[in-house]
This record gives sequence, C-alpha cells and structure tokens, in this order.
Amino acid sequence: MSAKVEIGFNLNGAQRTVEVPREMSTLDMLREVIGLTGTKYACGEGECGACTIIVDGRSVNACLMFAPDCDGRSVTTVEGVVDTPLGERLRDAFVQAGAVQCGFCTPGMMVQAKHLIDMHDGKLGREAIKRGIEGNLCRCTGYVKIVDAIAAAAQPKG
Amino acid sequence: MGIAPEAQVETVAPHEARAPSSPKQVAKDSLIGKRIAKLDAPDKASGKTRYIHDMDLPGQLYGKILRSSRVHARIVRIDTSRARRLPGVHAVITAADVPYQRPLGVGKDHLPLKSDRVRSPRDEIAAVAADSPEIAAAALKLIEVEYEDLPPVFDAAAALEPGAPVLHEGKPDNIAMTFDYSHGDIARGEAESDVVIEDTFRLHYVTHCCMGVSGVIADFDASGSLTLYSQTQVPFLHKREFAEVLGIDPGRIRIIQPPIGGGFGSKLDIYPFEPIAIFLARATKRPVKLVYTREEEFAVSPTRQPVVLRLRSGAKKDGTLTFREVETLHDNGAYTSWGATTPFVIMQTISSLYRVPHCKYHTSAVYTNNPYAGSFRGYGNLQGTFAVESHMDKLAEALGMDPLEFRLQNAQEPGEVTGQGMHFKSCGFKDCLRTAAGRSDFQRKHREYRAAQAKSGRYKRGVGIASMLHVGGGAKIYPSDGCGTILKIDDFAHVTVMTGASEIGQGSETVIAQLVCEELGVPLDAVTVVNNDTDITPWDVGVHASRTTFIAGNSAIGAARKAREKVMAAAAKAIGYDAAALDLRQGMIVRAADGESIMPLAKLLRSLHFSDKAELVMTTHYYEPPSQHQDKGFKGDVSAAYAWASQVIEVEVDTETGIVRMRNVWGAHDVGRVLNRLGIEGQVEGGVVMGQGYALTEELIVERGVTRNPAFRDYKLVTAPEIPEMDITFIETMDGEGPQGAKGVGEAPAICIAAATANAIYNATGVRIYRLPFTPENVYRALREGGSKK
Repeated sequence: MSAKVEIGFNLNGAQRTVEVPREMSTLDMLREVIGLTGTKYACGEGECGACTIIVDGRSVNACLMFAPDCDGRSVTTVEGVVDTPLGERLRDAFVQAGAVQCGFCTPGMMVQAKHLIDMHDGKLGREAIKRGIEGNLCRCTGYVKIVDAIAAAAQPKG
Repeated sequence: MGIAPEAQVETVAPHEARAPSSPKQVAKDSLIGKRIAKLDAPDKASGKTRYIHDMDLPGQLYGKILRSSRVHARIVRIDTSRARRLPGVHAVITAADVPYQRPLGVGKDHLPLKSDRVRSPRDEIAAVAADSPEIAAAALKLIEVEYEDLPPVFDAAAALEPGAPVLHEGKPDNIAMTFDYSHGDIARGEAESDVVIEDTFRLHYVTHCCMGVSGVIADFDASGSLTLYSQTQVPFLHKREFAEVLGIDPGRIRIIQPPIGGGFGSKLDIYPFEPIAIFLARATKRPVKLVYTREEEFAVSPTRQPVVLRLRSGAKKDGTLTFREVETLHDNGAYTSWGATTPFVIMQTISSLYRVPHCKYHTSAVYTNNPYAGSFRGYGNLQGTFAVESHMDKLAEALGMDPLEFRLQNAQEPGEVTGQGMHFKSCGFKDCLRTAAGRSDFQRKHREYRAAQAKSGRYKRGVGIASMLHVGGGAKIYPSDGCGTILKIDDFAHVTVMTGASEIGQGSETVIAQLVCEELGVPLDAVTVVNNDTDITPWDVGVHASRTTFIAGNSAIGAARKAREKVMAAAAKAIGYDAAALDLRQGMIVRAADGESIMPLAKLLRSLHFSDKAELVMTTHYYEPPSQHQDKGFKGDVSAAYAWASQVIEVEVDTETGIVRMRNVWGAHDVGRVLNRLGIEGQVEGGVVMGQGYALTEELIVERGVTRNPAFRDYKLVTAPEIPEMDITFIETMDGEGPQGAKGVGEAPAICIAAATANAIYNATGVRIYRLPFTPENVYRALREGGSKK
C-alpha cells in the first residue's frame, strides 16, 4: 500500500473526512473504508454500472474514480438516494413494478434512475430511459420492468 | 403482549388493529394471479441487502487461488517459500499441504487442488490466505511452479481421433459420458418419408454472467464445525458433497445462503474454490472469504458448452413427421460437470416436442483442454430446440406447407403418451402456437416477408416461430425430487414458513408466501419465509429444473393445510361451532356462510398457547411429486408436468452490415396457472432477453483453451436499448398436480429464442444460418456465402 491521503467530501448530505490509499478506487473506499455496501462491485472496469454513484451531479462508475478525487466534492450513493423523496418514489416504483429480481444491479439502477430523472425535468420517455440505463447491465429482468419503474417514478404523483 | 419483543408487536399490529375497526363481514381475498411485489425487493432497491460480497466476519482473512499458466502440463515442482514469507500471509497451501481431499463435481474427476497435473488454465494449484485481497494477490505472484508441458487438444472431434492426447487415465478414448436413446425404427421411418433433410448445427460457448461474482466464506468454530456462507443453488446435496470431499461429518456442516446475485444454473455444482476456502479456514483457524474478480468469473466459471449437432429429419407429403435421427458431440472441457448431462434434456425435445414415430439419438461428451461445461438455464434445450425448430421450418418449406400449419399438425396434445413414454396431462401446446401466431399476425407476415426477399433494399424484415417443451413439475434425476416445509404460527398470528427451497432472485420466497396465505387466510405481511440455512430448513433437492414453484409450492401448501386443520379444530372447540362452518380470512376466524368475523386468529392462538393443555401450531410437510424415474433406456416421465411455449420473433436484418435487430417477441406460455403475475412476467422478460443474448450477442471466445474475452467490454450482454417489444400471453391449463394449477416457468422463456430468430432471419433473407451466435460478423459472412452450412 502506498501512502495514504486525507480527503474531505460531502457524502449523502453529510461532511466526511477519511484517510485512503492514493490508488484506492471510490468503490473500495465506499465499501471497505466507509462501510456503505449498497454500491456493488460487478466488473471493476466501468462496463456494468453496478457501482453507479452521483458525483457533483454527474453519474459516475465508482470503480473508475480514484478515492482521493472525491476530495471537495459531493457524492451520493444508493443509501443517499433512498433518503430523498424522489428516491423513496423510485424505490417504491422498483418494488411495485417488479423491477427487482436478484437485486445485484438494482442499487446502480436506482442511482442512475435518479440521475436521469433529475436531468430530464420530468419529461422522460421510455426510449430515453432505455438509453439512459444503457451502461447498467441486468442479467435477470430483461430491463422491461426497470424501464416501467423509472417511467412511473418520473411522473410525480398528484 | 407486554413481554413480547417490540419488533413482533410491530409486525402484527397492522392486521390485529384492522380487525376491530373492519366491518363485521370479511371478504375472501385471494392473492393468486395478482401482481404481488417481491418480499425482498424493498431492501434490494435500497442497497440494504447484504450479499456475500458485503459480509465480513470478525478476524476474517482473504483467500486467492493460483491457477495454471499452462493448458495441459505435468506439475514438476511448486515452491511456495517466498509467498509464505510475505508479511500478512497466514497460509499458503498446495495439494501437498492438504491432509485429505477427494475428487469433486459431477464426474468426480478432479481434486480441488491439483496435485500432479493440470488440464486447463483454470486449474487450481495453490491458494493463499492473507490479511487483505491485495496481499493474497501479491503472494500468488511469489509462488513458483515448474511445468512439463503435455500435448493439448482443443476440439471435441480431434479428441476422439486415435492418438489424441488423453486427458484422464481410465478414459483412453476421452469420452466423458454418452447417451443413447431410441424409439421406433429409423429405417422404417425413412422408408415412409417423402422428404428427408440433414444438417449440422454448431452451437457456441456462453457463460452465465451473474451480476454478483462467485464467492464463499468458510468459518470453523472451536469444536471443528463448519459454517459455510455459500451461493449454492443446492445446499443439501452440497452439504453431503463437501463432507465427502473434505472428509468431515456432514452433520458438522451448516450452509447459510446469503441473498444470491444471480444463479441461472451456475451454482448447481460445487467448484474447487469452495473446498479451497475451507482448507484455508482450517489451516488458519480464521474465517476465510474468497470472492472472484469479474475476470476470474469469466475465465473459470462454468459455461454452456459448444455442441455440434447433426440432425436428420423426415416427413410425409401429407405433413406427418416420420423420423428424427440426431447425433451430438459436446465439448465437455477438462472435467465433467452438469454440462455433460444436458443431452438428457435435448433428448426430450428431439423425441417428444412433436409426435415423431421413429427416433434415435446418440451423443458423446468429450474431454478437451477447454473450460468445462456446467448447467445453464434451459439445460441443453436451447441447443436442441435451435436444431429441431430450424428443421421444422425446412421440412415445412420442402413440403410446401405453412410453417404454423405443419407444426400444428405434429404438435402434442393433452393425453398423449410419447414415444419416450412421457405423459402429457396439461398441455397447451396448440394454444401456445395459435396464440403466438395469431397475436403476431405470423402467417400473413411470413408470406409477405418471403415475397419481399427478392426485392431490393438494405433492410429486410422476417418473422420466425419456434416452440419448446420443458420439465414443469420437477425433474426426478436424483433418488428424490422432494422438498420439505416447516410452518409455525406464533401468538400474533404471524406465520413463519421454513422451506428447503432456495431463493436466487426468481421470486420463490414470494410465491411460497402467497400460496400459504391462500391456504391459511392470512394477509401477506403476516408471513415470513426462511429459506437459507441448512440447520433450520428441511431438505430440498435444490433450485434447478424450473421446479421450485411446483415442488416447494406444493410442499408449503401441504404444511399450511395441516396448520389450517389444527387451527380450525381449535376454533370450533373454542367457539362451539362446527369446523366446517368456519373459515379463515385475512387473519380472522369468520363464519363461512357470510364471512361474519368471530375472532382474530391471533387471539385464538394465544388462548391455545396459554391454556392448560398448551399447544403450538407447528406443522411439517414433505412433498415428493408423483412422477417415476425413467428406465435405463430413458423411457418414462421425469416430471409430474410439462411446460410449453411458442414464440414468434420479428427481426430486421441490415444486409449491408449483418446487424440483426430483434424488433418484437410474441410469446405464449403454458404455465398451468399464473400465481404471481408480476413475478412470472419478470421471469419471461428476463428469459427472453437472455435468449436474445444467446442468439445475437454473447460468445465466450476460447482459443487454445484460454478465454480471450473475460470482460463485459468484449462479452456482450444485451443492453436496455436493444431489447425487443414483448407481447406475452399466459395459457392457463390448470395442471392437476400443480400448486393452484401452476407449472414451472423459470427456464422456458430463454429456450426457443435462438431457434425463432434463425427462422426469422431465413424469412427475411432466404439465408439459413446453422451456427450461433448471429453476430453482425457471422450474419454478414453467411449472407455473402449464402449460408454457413458446412
């Protein structure tokens, strides 16, 4: 292990200070150092989206980002997403639409879905949703019900 | 109530609270066929579910495995001394360091740690336990292995040649397994034929790509009992097999299955990494966690194997099938896992999907130095159906018949006993065919697209149809195909169902809860399913063969019925009614005639529990399906029921690039009965897309025994924008043995996609492709050559 660096960043709305090895990925930091295991490892090279997080408003594969680069930024994981009204709506939509089977891709999908809805200001058609989750692989559902869930959550109730 | 733990009170409060305020009349409330959300979904969607990757035990070490750098070699020397000296390393083991190990897997043809010889690059030579995965990986690099290369063989046909390298002593011909099957008389069938066609089909390597990579945690207690946190799909059989491999008492092995990140058949066999983690835990007296990287997952986990399938089929002018003769050659890889037994399923499709009076099948699974073949959703049926349904189209064309009419003429019906001796009771095959064809306007499109082939234009549309037959009522391939249930109802009318059936994401937990609710008349939130601990749950043969809803469902119903009888007898006694005049609805004891509520179930249970003759409501049931074992010639039923499906696929072929776009899938599935509409739609949609990957995008590229594309970058799973529009119809044939009439569905939707796609490409282009997958490169080449037949 190389030298460690101390970084400070906003994690799910709260300021955190942690010490991490220079070459550690944000994914490993979240899982191993901080203990937030909702962000999943499934490929480690940015091909599957299971580790999707939001950094300063952009969706990012946590496995491809060095942990020290979180310094001074704002990071949202699935644990932070479900803590928001939109996140709750998304979680309920994923549950009710049957968008969850083995569930391993689900946290990444949830985060990406929040990002998509945030970016589209409520106007999010099925094709745009499919393109928006292109980088998130799912082996169980065939994506149909994930698209259903995101479409449902994108329409604010009332 | 005052002494009850808070959580229990909370769980029960909603429906107890409902009772007094609810109207006096309680309506019957069935959950069957409704869209019921999966019970484990809220946690999974919140990132709260702890998979094996998310678990850590105090004092845990990390295991890593050193694999062979050669495809076929003798191990001359292993030097682990430098690795042992690396700080943070707690154990380095080789076969020589393990006091006892026995061969494992279906073929029992390899040791967890190879002692003197490696036969593939996945072969395990040494393993390390260290303070971190990084230290363990660094230690692997310090292990020196000296090899003496042996001649390899990478092709199943070449491995059968005289003088080919022999992989296993005692198997001089390299044949791992053979199957021979026949009914009728092929010569007679051929003599009666007006049309005979023969083709060779080539199927490719694919792999499961479970999103959660493989992993295990092994932990011994101070008295030597082992707890294994495992992703296995078959905990009870594996408990026994681990005991044999390790030489320990099976009674001292407890298998706990944390939620599993995808199965699809990949976790049906035990693999060396599991005993190796156990060896490391024993050597270090510490818990050892061993989790694959994605690259390892691709390179060393099981595959659906390449198959060369030669098929001859015949038919009479009037459209009657006469015979089918099949020979398959399976690349078994270096060792024998479940892949070698997939001909067992291929055989059923060959003999019994359609009425074939004369049938013969021979197959060999042959050892090579390639990755070894496991079981994968559909279990051989994707390969067999691809060939059989391609031929059904070719025969129809040769006879000048419509492909749907030809299939309908030869399709099985209820009451049929096939040449293989399979009894079809519920059978909605013809309904499936007509529904899929009708909803897709198949016949009109098929005619029009065929007529349009000759026209110019870069993009061509085509439709194809294919059908499948698969076990839907369990599969009696072990001495027993049963499942046990223990059911208890607590003082707050909360029901705990302990089932042997494993949940791998497919939704068995929810379906089992629904079936129990239906019998007991309790709401869904009053049921907890415990399904992942061999010290608690009763025996089950495992989650495979689309059997869990049927088998575990029937088992749960049996236990619930016994509990209901007990409750109703107690209620009758307490209330002074005849038990037959009472019913249970939504957790209330009611008058059956008008639903008038009499007493909350919870109250009755407490009075039962706290009485002088105290009693608990706790029942057990073991369900074994009413099917026989096949005889030595593979005649007879292996399943109590069979599932059917037909799928029509519409494609658009870009004739300039070879890109095939799957536009639509119309599926009709005989599932007996829909129990959970949300769940069953999810199974079908997911299966369709898995079939789409098999047909169009996925291929594990293995060159000289080495997997060349061990990453999602190069192994292409279908992504969301590529999925077809799906129109799914469920044909409810109400199977007489099925739980509430249901049959299995897990594997079915993936099975005929490749076949229907092949037929659709042919309809679009007039070019038939006999080799999967239909990647742009392969299709482009086939279009230029006018077909890939060899």
